[in-house]
Amino acid sequence: MSWFSNIFDSLYQTLITDNRYQFILSGLGVTLQIALFSVLIGIVIGALVAIIKVSAIGNHKLKPLSWLCNLYISVIRGTPVYVQMLIMYTLILADTGLNELVIGSITFGLNSGAYVAEIIRAGIMSIDKGQMEAGRSLGLNYVSVMKSIILPQAIKNILPALGNEFIVLIKETSIVGTITVYDLTKTAERISSVTLDLYTPLLVVAAIYLIIVLGLTKLLNIFERRLARSDRG
Amino acid sequence: MIEVKQLEKSFGNNHVLRGVTDTIQKGEKVVIVGASGSGKSTYLRCLNLLEIPTGGEVWFEGERITDKKIDINRIRQKMGMVFQHFNLFPHLSILQNITLAPVKLKLQTKEQAEQRARELLQRIGLADKADTYPSMLSGGQKQRIAIVRTLAMNPDVILFDEPTSALDPEMVGEVLELMKELAKEGMTMVVVTHEMGFAREVATRVIFMDEGIIKEQNTPDEFFTNPQNPRLKEFLSKVL
Repeated sequence: MSWFSNIFDSLYQTLITDNRYQFILSGLGVTLQIALFSVLIGIVIGALVAIIKVSAIGNHKLKPLSWLCNLYISVIRGTPVYVQMLIMYTLILADTGLNELVIGSITFGLNSGAYVAEIIRAGIMSIDKGQMEAGRSLGLNYVSVMKSIILPQAIKNILPALGNEFIVLIKETSIVGTITVYDLTKTAERISSVTLDLYTPLLVVAAIYLIIVLGLTKLLNIFERRLARSDRG
Repeated sequence: MIEVKQLEKSFGNNHVLRGVTDTIQKGEKVVIVGASGSGKSTYLRCLNLLEIPTGGEVWFEGERITDKKIDINRIRQKMGMVFQHFNLFPHLSILQNITLAPVKLKLQTKEQAEQRARELLQRIGLADKADTYPSMLSGGQKQRIAIVRTLAMNPDVILFDEPTSALDPEMVGEVLELMKELAKEGMTMVVVTHEMGFAREVATRVIFMDEGIIKEQNTPDEFFTNPQNPRLKEFLSKVL
């Protein structure tokens, strides 16, 4: 029974003594906050970039803007998010006085935006071009057709991919500790520095990530099944 | 009603239309036939500028619609189009498919549009489908709904781009029947089709397109019994 009581002691040390579970909870709160803000920023940027890129196909005036969007996507997807965060923290946003949590959210939002843009663009391109033609032939303008016909269908198609992107994002935020944000991962360090137990806090934190991700995956599956049902009728 | 002058269209090096000139009068039912690749669909799609012509002019009800300054959306409200693949909006109910454009364009209130849509559905015997979705309909039903969607805009002319080519054979009849009814009521129609029976029965004029130009046109009687152009003779010998 000694290994069992050992585990129990370690967990007790990590979570209960001095109310250390509160660190974990506040770390979890920070992680979820960053993920949520990043997702929102990412969707706004992603939708904008995707629409510019798609609209530029038939509109020469948008070509320079579209070129900028491509540059943005290439740079973001071509460099590690960890490096992007350090550059943001030490260079681009260094003198803005923004707090680290905000800098983290902006970094991950900008990063996610590039991936979301490609997801949304693929979603729009997957809609049969006959849909645009049918809408236009009824006298609706490009923007109306986009809004009432193309985007509703595209969004339905890409919801699973977007969901995945957000799950990835939650895990990626675990590096914000480097810029002194006390997120879930950083809390593990904080607790081990007091309890001198390296492993238990890490395992606890890993378990929490796992539970969140599994929960979200489950939710996503239910959601997908419901969408598929409405397809059938 | 529609005047076409020296219309040209190229896709890159592919010169599809090589100077088409024609005048379509109000009430005419023009049927365009020709082999695939002859430019007939491209010609039709140039009439409402779904394809932008690379040369020549299209006039509609006294306006030069190939002019860049023209509001093409206003023109298209009066020029309906029916597609080979129906292109119903799958995420909208049948009723919404029909009322979307009139309501969005503020031509009718939602109530007016819905009432009109139900009348039209009644007429084609699909009133009970108003609240279902396109995926639950047969091809023939979808195409009839697509025609009704166009009718809801009260167009002055309807362009049909191979409306029965994607249908199972047993569904072709119901769509042609509806088109014949429209013809009888005096609708101006321009139809690209392979249905020679329809051309013979309904058309006021049949056009043979080949190599991007109008090679021959005539009344259906003359067109089918007394073709002049050797290419047309060859074409007719294959399809009749």
